[in-house]
Amino acid sequence: MKETKDHAALAEAFNADEPRVNWHDETLWFIRQKRDKAAHTVADWELLRETASQIKHNVLSNLHDYLLQFEANAKANGIIVHWAADAAEHNRIVHEILQKHGVKQMVKSKSMLTEECHLNDYLSEHGVEVIDSDLGERIVQLAKEPPSHIVLPCIHKKKEEIGDLFHEHLGTPAGMADPQVLTEAARQHLRETFLTRRAALTGVNFAIAETGEFVICTNEGNADMGAHLADVHIACMGIEKIIPERKHLGVFLRLLARSATGQPITTYSSHFKKPREGHELHLVLVDNGRSIQLGREDFRNSLKCIRCGACMNTCPVYRRSGGHSYHAAISGPIGAILAPNLDMKKNADLPFASTLCGSCSNVCPVKIDIHDQLYKWRQVIVKEGYADTKKTLGMKAMTQAFASPTTFQLAGKAGRWFMRHVPFAVSNKMNPWYKQREMPAPPKESFGEWYLKNRKKKNE
Amino acid sequence: MSSRDSILAAVARNQPEHIPLPEIPAFFSGETDVLEKFTSVAVSIGSKVFRVKDLEEVKQVLLKEYSGARRIVSAFPELADIGEVYIAPATDPHTLANVDLAVLPAQLGVAENGALWVTDVQLPMRVLPFICQYLALVVPQKNIVPLMQQAYDVIGAQEYGFGTFIAGPSKTADIEQSLVLGAHGARTLSVFLLE
Ligand code: SF4
Repeated sequence: MKETKDHAALAEAFNADEPRVNWHDETLWFIRQKRDKAAHTVADWELLRETASQIKHNVLSNLHDYLLQFEANAKANGIIVHWAADAAEHNRIVHEILQKHGVKQMVKSKSMLTEECHLNDYLSEHGVEVIDSDLGERIVQLAKEPPSHIVLPCIHKKKEEIGDLFHEHLGTPAGMADPQVLTEAARQHLRETFLTRRAALTGVNFAIAETGEFVICTNEGNADMGAHLADVHIACMGIEKIIPERKHLGVFLRLLARSATGQPITTYSSHFKKPREGHELHLVLVDNGRSIQLGREDFRNSLKCIRCGACMNTCPVYRRSGGHSYHAAISGPIGAILAPNLDMKKNADLPFASTLCGSCSNVCPVKIDIHDQLYKWRQVIVKEGYADTKKTLGMKAMTQAFASPTTFQLAGKAGRWFMRHVPFAVSNKMNPWYKQREMPAPPKESFGEWYLKNRKKKNE
Repeated sequence: MSSRDSILAAVARNQPEHIPLPEIPAFFSGETDVLEKFTSVAVSIGSKVFRVKDLEEVKQVLLKEYSGARRIVSAFPELADIGEVYIAPATDPHTLANVDLAVLPAQLGVAENGALWVTDVQLPMRVLPFICQYLALVVPQKNIVPLMQQAYDVIGAQEYGFGTFIAGPSKTADIEQSLVLGAHGARTLSVFLLE
C-alpha cells in the first residue's frame, strides 16, 4: 500500500490556498455558533450533557449485558442479528446477505461505520454497485473522495465544484452552481435510485437494549426512503451505539442535532423495531477494535461518542487543515483518539494535530475528555516509539515546559498555560501542523489574569 | 469460538467496574404556552402551522394550499371526498411514488423542537410520509408536550413496528451550508393543531 502522508504534510497542502482555508474555517465556525445558540435555548443544557454522559458511562460498564439484552429483544422483534469481529467480517456478512437475494445494486444512507470498514470498495470489487444517498455523501462519491466530515461530508467543496460534478454525472447545465437547483437534480436522480434498489443499507444512531429497536436520524429522509422501499434492509452499527432504555432517547435526541448543526432536532428520527411484513431486516453488530478500546482505561470514554461533529466544527486545527488531512474515516479531535486504537503506527501523527485548547471537550454533548485523551495518546505513542523526530521534539518541548504532569494535571490546562506563556513555541516550526498562522486566541474563560492585564495595557 | 462469543467475551473482560444508571432528572421546560412555543419552533424549521376546529377546516385549508395536488392519500375517512382513504396492506410501496399529498394523524407534538410522533399503527404504509411530495400531519392540541422527556413519557412502552418523529420538511444544507427544503422526503410539512 502507498505510504500515506501524515497530517502535517496534508495540512500544509490544504493550507496552500489561503482564501479557501479561511472560507473553510469560517463555515465551520458559523456552524459552531449555531450550536451555541441552540444550546443556549435549553435551560438545562449542562444537566442534559451530564445526564447523557452518565448514561453512556453506565452503558460502557454494562455493555456485555446490554448487548445480550438488545440481541434477544431484536430477535424477538423479528430482526436478524449478525456479529462481526472486524471490518472484513462486516463486509463479508453484508455481501452474503446481498448474494442470498441476488442483489447487485444497493442504496446506502450515511454510515460512518461502513466508511471505517471500506464497504463500498469491497462491494464494488465483488461486483455490487453502491449508491450513497445522503446528498453530501453522493457528492464526495461522485468526486471519488472520502467524506471530510462525519456530519457534513462535503463541507470542503465549493458549490462551483459540485456544479461541475453534477454537470458531468447528472447532466445539469454547465456552470450551474445554485444549491437549490443542484439539490433538486440530486433529488430526481436519487429518487430513481430509491425506487429501483431492492436492498438498502443504513447506519444506526442509537440501539435500545430494552426494546430491541434502533433509531436513525436524518434531515433528508434518505434512510427512510431506502429502507421502506427495499425488500431487504441492512443496518450496521458499532457495539457502542447501545443505550439502555427507550426513554433515554429523550436525552440524546435533545443533544444530537443541537450539537451537530444547531437544529432543535433532525427532521426525521426514525425508530425501527420490526421488519415490514414479509421483508427482511438485518442488523450487523460490529466490534472492529471497540472492545480493545473499551479495555484502554485512558481512552475508553471515546466510545461514548454520538458522532455529532461538534468537536470538529470548533477545532482550530480541523477548521484550518480540513477533514482529509486526518487520513482516517473519522476525522477531527474524536477521530484522532479513535484512529490510533485501530492502527497506532499509521495514525501516530493524529493526536499531535491539536492545540489541546480544550474547545472540543467543552462542546462535546456527552462530555468526553477529548483533549485529555489526545494528550495521553501522545505519551503512549512516544513511549511506544511511533512518534517521528519532529513531533517528538515538539512533544519534548511541551513536556519540559510542564516539568511535571502533576503540576498541570489536565492537559487542557497545560495547553492553555503553554499558549499563554510561550505562544511562539506552539505556533513555531516545532509544531508541525501549524505553519500558516499565529494561534487563534484560546477560549476567553480560560484566559486568566495575564491576558486581561495585557489587553488592558494594549488598550491604554 | 464464534465472533459473537469472542466479542462478548472481550467486552466482558474489558468493560470497567459497574457504574449505576442515573435517574433522568425532571428537566425545566419553562413554557407556559406550549402551543405558542410549538408554533414558533415549527415555523422556524420550515413547517406551516394551522390551528383548526375540525377536519372540515383541515380540508378547506388543504384545498386552498395544495390546489394542484392530483393524488391525495389520507388516513381520515372524513377526507374521502378529496382523496383516497384506504391503502390495501399488501400494496407495493413503490406505487405510492406519485402521491402528491399525504394527510396523516400524529399522536403527539413536541414544543421544544416542533417534532411530531407518527407510528405505523396509524400509517397505512411506512414509506408514505417520506415518498409523498407534500405532507400534512394532524395532531390534537391537547397532545402537544413541552419537551422530549414528556414525549417519551407518553410513548412509554407503546407497541409499533416503526415510529418516527417528523420535524419540518425534508432538508439539506450539504452544498455550502445553504439550506434547501425538499431533499428526498416531503417538500413541505403542514401541521394542523386540532382543537
Ligand atoms: S466526541 Fe463528542 S463532540 Fe465529537 S463527535 Fe463525538 S459526541 Fe460529538
